[in-house]
Amino acid sequence: MKDMLVQVEPLIPALRRYARALVRDRSAADDLVQDCLERAVSRWDQRRDGSVRAWLFTILHNLAVSQFRQAKARGRHMPIDDAGERELVSAAGQEQRLIYQDVLSKLARLPEEQRAVLLLVAVEDLSYADAAAVLNAPVGTVMSRLSRARERLQQEMDGVAPGNVVALRSLT
Amino acid sequence: MNQRPIMEDDLHAYVDQLLEPERRAEIASYLDDHPDIAGRVAAYSAQREQLRGALASIADEPLPTELNLAHIIEGRKRRPRWALGMIAAMLLLGLGGLGGWTMRSVVPENSNGLSALAQEAAYTYGVYAPDRVRPVEIRASDGAELTQWVSNRLQRPVKVPDLSVSGYRLMGGRLVATSHGAAAMFMYDDDHGDRLVVMTRPMSDRKLDTPMVPQSAGSVAGFAWADSGMGYTLVGQLPGDTLKPIANEIRKQARPI
Repeated sequence: MKDMLVQVEPLIPALRRYARALVRDRSAADDLVQDCLERAVSRWDQRRDGSVRAWLFTILHNLAVSQFRQAKARGRHMPIDDAGERELVSAAGQEQRLIYQDVLSKLARLPEEQRAVLLLVAVEDLSYADAAAVLNAPVGTVMSRLSRARERLQQEMDGVAPGNVVALRSLT
Repeated sequence: MNQRPIMEDDLHAYVDQLLEPERRAEIASYLDDHPDIAGRVAAYSAQREQLRGALASIADEPLPTELNLAHIIEGRKRRPRWALGMIAAMLLLGLGGLGGWTMRSVVPENSNGLSALAQEAAYTYGVYAPDRVRPVEIRASDGAELTQWVSNRLQRPVKVPDLSVSGYRLMGGRLVATSHGAAAMFMYDDDHGDRLVVMTRPMSDRKLDTPMVPQSAGSVAGFAWADSGMGYTLVGQLPGDTLKPIANEIRKQARPI
């Protein structure tokens, strides 16, 4: 278990960041991370070879996804207002803060699977192979999701209404 | 120059700084010649920087006590083992009372002891499958030792089925006690953590051959059969349709040559 402490503890801040960016609520995100760590402790001896980092993100991601599913089943929607962004962005100058809030609120409009891949790759620095393992999808699928996520986020940032994007896509 | 074609994936790997220096240089020179694509790549890089900047402070926050890993590890150690055992036993009794834990054959009751075997497997599943600490006694990495041990104890050559074609990996196994003597239990899991239990022991009728019989008990379902006096059963919390092909695979592999 000492071995576990050494390998897992340094990764907790990144797990927290991923959870919070995904669920956009501080306490819900920390609950997920706590759940993730408890599972990691109990399954430490059963994990298979490979990156501990990818293993932890997989546990966390699966917990987040099943929570999304439960929320959906109960008919609850994830908030799309800016409250989450204000809470997310803390340390920064006023102008910078607005830019950050803006990019996060646009990220929040992306479908969950696109958001997840963008966060894992662009923010958490997972390799494409590790991201594929976390998302339980082939690397090719991960790449096309990443491509769509970046394109869509750019359209959001350039002010193209998502409705138009859908219409254009269905024509091509 | 004999250069590999530029792929969309390369552009992303360029943005994510995952390219080898040589390839990176190739992409950079391509972008110099293609300003429209360079513009898109620059925009993606800017997105990346903004996302990282926006979220960076979260990783700098002090961790709350609930996320102190040392506490979580300590909390686990202090939970006495007997408490876990008791929870498992209570769950089993509770299920028995409420849901009818008795294994029922779906076919009429002339199953030559197969329902007893399936029932034993359901109990075994109820106790070991939810166990997060030590579901198996000998892990898959010591497969040879496991095979030898159970074969010695059952006085029959036992083959451990390989279920990788069905997406299940062997976690390991153990010997379990049944009212008909020792049985070998093997546990498997898939990428979602769903667990299956395969159990085998000699049947009272040492020449028994039977067809495969579906079994069910609450949320645990499975199949049981016998080949040359050896009884086999597969149980799990999955629909019968999903378990059937896995049971067929086990039967194929376990059948004495």
